[in-house]
Amino acid sequence: MNSGLVVKNLKVNYGAIGAVKDISLTLTPGELVAVIGANGAGKSTLIRSLSGLVAPTSGSATWKGSSLLGKRPEQLVREGIVHIAEGKAVIPELTVAENLALGGIWRGDKSDVKLATQESLTLFPALASRLQQRADTLSGGERQMLAIARALISRPQLLLLDEPSLGLAPLIIEQIFAAINQLRMRHGLTVLLVEQNAMSALKIADRGVVINLGEVVTTGTPEELLSNGQLREAYLGI
Amino acid sequence: MFIDTLLIGLSSGAIYSLMALALVLVWRSTRVINFAQSGQAVLSTYIGYEISLSTHNYWVSLPLAIAAGAIIGSLVDLLFMRLLAKRGTSGPIAEIAPVIATLGLLGLIQSVIGLIWGNAFLQYASPLSAKGFTFGTHTIPFSPQNLFIVIAAAIVLGIFGFVFRFTNLGLALRAASFQPEIAQLSGIRVNLVRNIGWAFAGAAGAVAGAVITPTSTLSPHSLDLLFVSGFISAVIGGLDSLIGAVVGGLVLGVGFAFILQYISSALTFLAGFIILMVVLLVRPRGIFGQKVKRNA
Repeated sequence: MNSGLVVKNLKVNYGAIGAVKDISLTLTPGELVAVIGANGAGKSTLIRSLSGLVAPTSGSATWKGSSLLGKRPEQLVREGIVHIAEGKAVIPELTVAENLALGGIWRGDKSDVKLATQESLTLFPALASRLQQRADTLSGGERQMLAIARALISRPQLLLLDEPSLGLAPLIIEQIFAAINQLRMRHGLTVLLVEQNAMSALKIADRGVVINLGEVVTTGTPEELLSNGQLREAYLGI
Repeated sequence: MFIDTLLIGLSSGAIYSLMALALVLVWRSTRVINFAQSGQAVLSTYIGYEISLSTHNYWVSLPLAIAAGAIIGSLVDLLFMRLLAKRGTSGPIAEIAPVIATLGLLGLIQSVIGLIWGNAFLQYASPLSAKGFTFGTHTIPFSPQNLFIVIAAAIVLGIFGFVFRFTNLGLALRAASFQPEIAQLSGIRVNLVRNIGWAFAGAAGAVAGAVITPTSTLSPHSLDLLFVSGFISAVIGGLDSLIGAVVGGLVLGVGFAFILQYISSALTFLAGFIILMVVLLVRPRGIFGQKVKRNA
């Protein structure tokens, strides 16, 4: 059991809404798992506790055998675990180039930072022509691309994605999800994707985990989940 | 006469700018008005004074006073502010507590200074003359020490400007103050970067104290008025903007000098508040304040 992300009986007290009561899940390396659930189901809290932003009350979470809990976010980023926060997580006051640079200024291998930046800009050419603009001049979709591009410059192994589709138009969502899928194919990334938009997420996921009120309701392949009418109606909203 | 007044205004404005810069640096990254800033600056100046007594050399004492200011700033963050931030949850108390703590710290620092050095007015002497430059028969009220003050402030502002604009540390400082959580998730050591911000602020205040004090005397409260001017300058400049702090300081310094020269010395302090009120009425977010509301 020395590989992948293993979360066992995780419990996080986080206000009344969005708390995590008892969540266990496992991601094998290279897998893309979508965590689906309504607002307040505990999705964000789950991901925030895995990236070190909130401290869980009990339970365990390990990546490749070493515990994630009790470490600071910036430490986890250095270990290859990168959380892209909800809501186009860029710094609006900084330029696109500066936002990208944040993902690499603390890394020692400057030539790889350069290479990773080139790769990110090739993946998202819309950003390449806007490097000197402030990030708040970008569209919502471009900001989400910028957040992903910045994360890539940190050379992640495990990507924790919190609602990348939030507030975006369907066409843009499709583009973003295609890019995420392409990335994990190319780099062998392991991706934990938290989404309210079940349909889009399950399209690219290997497996889905449905959570409600802080607990796992069921888990299965996208086909299994989507063919369960009761489940669709109750939790997926599709 | 006009030029004389302008020069004097620039000299005091430069000092206000430094003090304002120190306040803005802390405010941007912690949302705290650091009332202890004048205490930190005066303590650094006492350390410079002590070193100049034993070395008989102002030029040796000056960089050491600045270094002391940086260390004091860093310690204030580590020993006080960080602990408060850790305990603070949300709500009005969590927002007010750090500000009250800086007020308490100010009192503490000034009492400790009183215990060590007493409350007497001391002379922290600079080798530069405090007598104005003379051109022919006309002596202007702008002295070599005033010139040095302007140059020192310009150097500090230049260094800060360069660091913030062109270095990775500056980028990290800006990122950590704009959006600490996103900076953290990008891999920035926000606590470390914030601490460096406190050290920079402490150093800026120490420069202000160590270059202005030779023009008057040193006592536990000798920089209190400077703090008020620095605070007004910072607010005029928008409280969030480093350039704003500098411009605010210069506006206030020059404004004071002209009021002193052409109207009345009794009005200078009142004028500070009038300038503040006018700026806040015309432009409530300050001259360089951002319109965009930030998530603190």
